[in-house]
Amino acid sequence: MLNRRTKSDIWFDLFNYVFLGGFTLMILYPLYFIVIASISSPDRIFSGDVWFWPRDITFDGYRRIFQDPTIWLGYRNSIVYAAISAFISTTLVIMAAYPLSRKDFYGRSTFMVFFLITLFFNGGIIPTYLMMKDIHLIDSMWAVILPSAVDAFLIIIAKTFFQELPEELREAAAIDGCRNLRYLTSIVLPVSKPIIAVLVLFAVVRQWNGFFDALIYLSDGDKFPLQLVLRNILIQSQPSGNLVNDVDTLLAKQRVTELIKFGVIIVAALPLLVLYPFLQRYFVKGVMVGSVKG
Amino acid sequence: MSVNNKRESDSPIGRRRMKSIRANYELYLLILFPVVYFIIFKYWPMYGVQIAFKDFSASKGIWGSPWVGFDHFRRFFDSYNFWQIIRNTVYLSFLNLAIAFPIPIIVALMLNQLRQQRLKRFIQTTIYAPYFISTIVLVGMLYVFLSPSSGLVNNVIKMFGGEPILFAGESAWFRPMYIFSSVWQETGFASIVYLAALSGIDPHLHEAAVVDGASKWKRIRHIDLPGIAPTIVVLFILAIGNLMNVGFEKAFLLQKDLNVDVSEIIPTYVYKIGIQRAQYSFSAAIGLFNALINLVLLYVVNKSAKKISGNGLF
Repeated sequence: MLNRRTKSDIWFDLFNYVFLGGFTLMILYPLYFIVIASISSPDRIFSGDVWFWPRDITFDGYRRIFQDPTIWLGYRNSIVYAAISAFISTTLVIMAAYPLSRKDFYGRSTFMVFFLITLFFNGGIIPTYLMMKDIHLIDSMWAVILPSAVDAFLIIIAKTFFQELPEELREAAAIDGCRNLRYLTSIVLPVSKPIIAVLVLFAVVRQWNGFFDALIYLSDGDKFPLQLVLRNILIQSQPSGNLVNDVDTLLAKQRVTELIKFGVIIVAALPLLVLYPFLQRYFVKGVMVGSVKG
Repeated sequence: MSVNNKRESDSPIGRRRMKSIRANYELYLLILFPVVYFIIFKYWPMYGVQIAFKDFSASKGIWGSPWVGFDHFRRFFDSYNFWQIIRNTVYLSFLNLAIAFPIPIIVALMLNQLRQQRLKRFIQTTIYAPYFISTIVLVGMLYVFLSPSSGLVNNVIKMFGGEPILFAGESAWFRPMYIFSSVWQETGFASIVYLAALSGIDPHLHEAAVVDGASKWKRIRHIDLPGIAPTIVVLFILAIGNLMNVGFEKAFLLQKDLNVDVSEIIPTYVYKIGIQRAQYSFSAAIGLFNALINLVLLYVVNKSAKKISGNGLF
């Protein structure tokens, strides 16, 4: 085995531990700090006392967040958008990718080019906006769901997966009189759980974290996804009245606002951060398949 | 010999084709839905690009608006902030490319040298995590860490007797904030592809090199790096092809009146002119100009990469 270590190897390993350790710490510490800050007294954060442990633990920030109707509404909207997007996106991608994976599908290279072109050209913000206007989707939930539901990259990933299914399986099924649709629904889909997981995940993450479509297409606050609600609090420092309206002085308001910021960062990021260690391997697989095909 | 359609379906090839289409008609029904989706949501906007050469008015529609040729492009080239916007866009992209592109490669090479699998997995899981944080939350985090009154960074500066810095309001800090947050958020995820490429390198090469007394550093330079070179080239071409598409989202969120002189890039300008001021044609022209630069860059870099290294995207 590779056991021979030269002197330079020892230095290398030492450097490597320091380098990777430092890098990991740089990623981890900000995340950890947000957690401890979200339950510390805002006064202690302001005076710079909070470093490794929470100080004067308070759940006031979370109490305010959970009592705020706009955050709940944003949460609900984001869940609805993510669920519908995941369904539509996955269905459409499979509908495109499965035929394209079949060698006996006449015209597949033409269809492929038709999809691939969109990876290199697009209409841009304004023509897309006018198209959305023409089909009357502006200020509807579909404006957040549809424009980014499918892209050619996902079709390539799914097509590559389907291509690796053994051809003999289909021939055997065909001999038994199994037609294309039956074959897809009762044989291909059940063995395609990994790729379906990848597609669902991509859609959920994109929808959960996205705000651009909502920003340009939605004006009705009741339809805002969580990210737009967060933008008011985090970026524009304008928490909705409910969050701080019982606080008297301006200074106290500012402090409570800071505390709320730490809390909403956690509340917004938590669902994906909790899920992702379990889903990571699917993601890694998806990214790798996609990168092979470029 | 010319073959018209009727005769073609009688010929053996045509008949086989018809037969295969008929046997697989379900596949055509399936693909019909995504095709319709792409026609509406991807090709319709491409058709709409022509308003860059027209004076679009909503009452006349895309088709009926009068042509004005390159007027909008000329207006953009002549506008007082044209050079500033181009410079900001190019500078930010190049800076991002120069710093955020190589770091994932280095991280992957170093991770690949770790022998303890559990430690490696722990580090990987940790450094992927920020990828799942949204841009809004990321920028929100930047602001709370850099806040002049309560931010961690300024607390450290104050502790060492310095003056707090108003990061969000100073032009000089826009680019560092942009680049650093990219590195923080994307390094882990970007390293996945390189790690995959590294795991594809034949272990015999390393064993042979060890027998010959090669150090880890030498093996990285002479085995690992050449082994992942094709991957690096492909990702580099893709990055160049996207050079002018610097992230709208983050620049938009980090933009303030105080730093607009460095943070105004083509995408944020397109948004401002088009969506906020509803100058559709002018804005579409700027967007098209940006897209064309991207395509030219992609083409040129792909071509030269093919010539130099034999690897290309297409």
